[in-house]
Amino acid sequence: MAGSVDESRFPGFGGRRAPDLFVSKKRISKDLRKALWRWMVTTRQVEARLGILYRQGKVVGGLYRGEGQEGVSVGSALALEDGDICGPMIRDLGANMVRGTPPRDVFCQYMARATGPTEGRDCNTHFGDHSKGITAPISMLGALIPVVSGMAWAAQNQGQKVVGLTYIGDGGSSTGDFHEGLNMAVTLNSPLILILENNGWAYSTPTSNQCGNEWFIDKAVGYGVRGIQVDGNCAEDVYRAVKEARAHAVSGGGPVLIEAITYRMNGHADHDDASYVPNELRDAWRERDPITLQAQMLIEAGIATADELEAEQQAIFDGLKEDYEFALNSPTPEPVSATGGVYFGEERGLPDPRRGARH
Amino acid sequence: MATTTYIDAIGKAIAQEMRNDDSVLLMGEDVGHYAGAFKMSKGFLDEFGDTRVIDTPISESAIVGHAIGMAYMGLRPVVEMQFIDFIACSYDMIINFAARSRYRHGLGVPMVIRGPSGGGVSGGPFHSQNVESYFLNTPGLRIVAPATAQDAHGLMLAAIRDEDPVLFLEHKFLYRRIKEEIVEGQVTPIGQAIVRRPGDDLTLVSYGAKLFDCLEAADVLAEEGKSCEVIDLRSLAPLDMDTIFTSVKKTNRIVLVHEACLTGGPGGELAARISEDCFDWLDAPILRVAALDTSVHYAPPP
Repeated sequence: MAGSVDESRFPGFGGRRAPDLFVSKKRISKDLRKALWRWMVTTRQVEARLGILYRQGKVVGGLYRGEGQEGVSVGSALALEDGDICGPMIRDLGANMVRGTPPRDVFCQYMARATGPTEGRDCNTHFGDHSKGITAPISMLGALIPVVSGMAWAAQNQGQKVVGLTYIGDGGSSTGDFHEGLNMAVTLNSPLILILENNGWAYSTPTSNQCGNEWFIDKAVGYGVRGIQVDGNCAEDVYRAVKEARAHAVSGGGPVLIEAITYRMNGHADHDDASYVPNELRDAWRERDPITLQAQMLIEAGIATADELEAEQQAIFDGLKEDYEFALNSPTPEPVSATGGVYFGEERGLPDPRRGARH
Repeated sequence: MATTTYIDAIGKAIAQEMRNDDSVLLMGEDVGHYAGAFKMSKGFLDEFGDTRVIDTPISESAIVGHAIGMAYMGLRPVVEMQFIDFIACSYDMIINFAARSRYRHGLGVPMVIRGPSGGGVSGGPFHSQNVESYFLNTPGLRIVAPATAQDAHGLMLAAIRDEDPVLFLEHKFLYRRIKEEIVEGQVTPIGQAIVRRPGDDLTLVSYGAKLFDCLEAADVLAEEGKSCEVIDLRSLAPLDMDTIFTSVKKTNRIVLVHEACLTGGPGGELAARISEDCFDWLDAPILRVAALDTSVHYAPPP
């Protein structure tokens, strides 16, 4: 019998058996170790700036952050290769940015500017870019699983050695599409990597109200897929786990389910004060902030000094100014642009919306 | 000359497109080895192989979800719902993912979702539905419902070549009852209604199996000296209002006939558009003849 979970490492997950964490000695280059830190910081800083803009009333909808989960989004996306397909969810802005979404696009999107990737048509992280291998999510959780699996299957069928990576939360794993999507991915032997980010909370609902398994990775055996459990706050472990999963899927081994144990450091969105989360849990997880952990490793390995990291963090923060100012100075879409573009060949901005609305 | 049934006309269209275009594939429950519950895909697996004729698990949502992903990658999936009633299980994928994709970020989903709809075969409440009304309120979808073998063939060719998701509503009552000579390869454009019978006194508008009831009614009324014009809509989205308006302006009376339930059915939308544009030409209220607002009864009429 494995012992029980070490609560100093995974606060709040007590009462479960010790997780069977993926470990690998695979060497990660200095540059990559640094890149993991830099992408996590960039993601955190973009969200921090969005938080300011949100409080200023510049973000017209909700603000959904992945704070505390950057180790998962950044670590996993950096393990992908050119041609791979990635379908990030709202906590995975880091994956979006690693795949090539510039901060400017994120600011414009959240502020519903005409210059944004959806030109004001959709909100938050609901945007993608086919050319960068980023597939946009919809709000319905689990829906990306079959879609990304279908994309990965098609690519494999076209002879490409690529994978499809998407994410789900502990809450989203309760949806029908999680089951149907993963199950069908297995029957197609699709090269799908599904990362389940177990962050403790689905909006206000704790994981204990989502499923009867001790850990979500226990579902893997039920679906007949390779299961990997990983410390989601260690970006390097996530990176290695996804590399392992990628090799498995690309070589025809079929889908892989990864459970990344992590924590949501904010409410569901910025309108949610998350008063239902015990303060001591949040404090305990602050100690395990993935960015802090990565910085400690960089310093211990002599890759960077604390001063250097602080200076670089400041430079990243300062560097965003041009991007959010661009967004602030960008126009909002003309009302008429809300019409059209529904069907192939249909122009946006119909002269007579009442007529144009008829199909 | 040889005749082709309605269902074989559909199969011929899909096979033709699969021969002409490697990106077209068929997927669904029992479509491969078993050739489909109605045997539409007989011979498909042997001819095209199991990467283009895909037997799926019983997962309508995941089937459509995978098809969306395949369409994003340049394939043109044709998805079979074993009975169209089961399309409800994939409703989210169709209305939230597929239909909104182009509007949200310009990415089209060329995909056909087809299956047997309609009653008349003692299928009971879950194998007899007409699902068009569930989807007519969703921008981004094309919806077609052929009545003849030629249109079943021609609309399927158009649907597969269309760049947007198309719901292809077949009528199972017509599958083997309709047999006619068809011109293979002849496309029926989406969005064009057709006048099946010209007349002067009354316009009857319908689609699918009810078209034939309208034609029969026109025969009966002809014996009473009344001349009916009968329009086959063929497409429900987009609607060909010009053909209807032209007819109303000639006959000044119109009855809308469909097998979908009355309330919230296509007839309501048609009636609204006719009254908006042709009020001055109407000599009588627009009437609807439609299914009762109930589920479809299992026991046949005595």
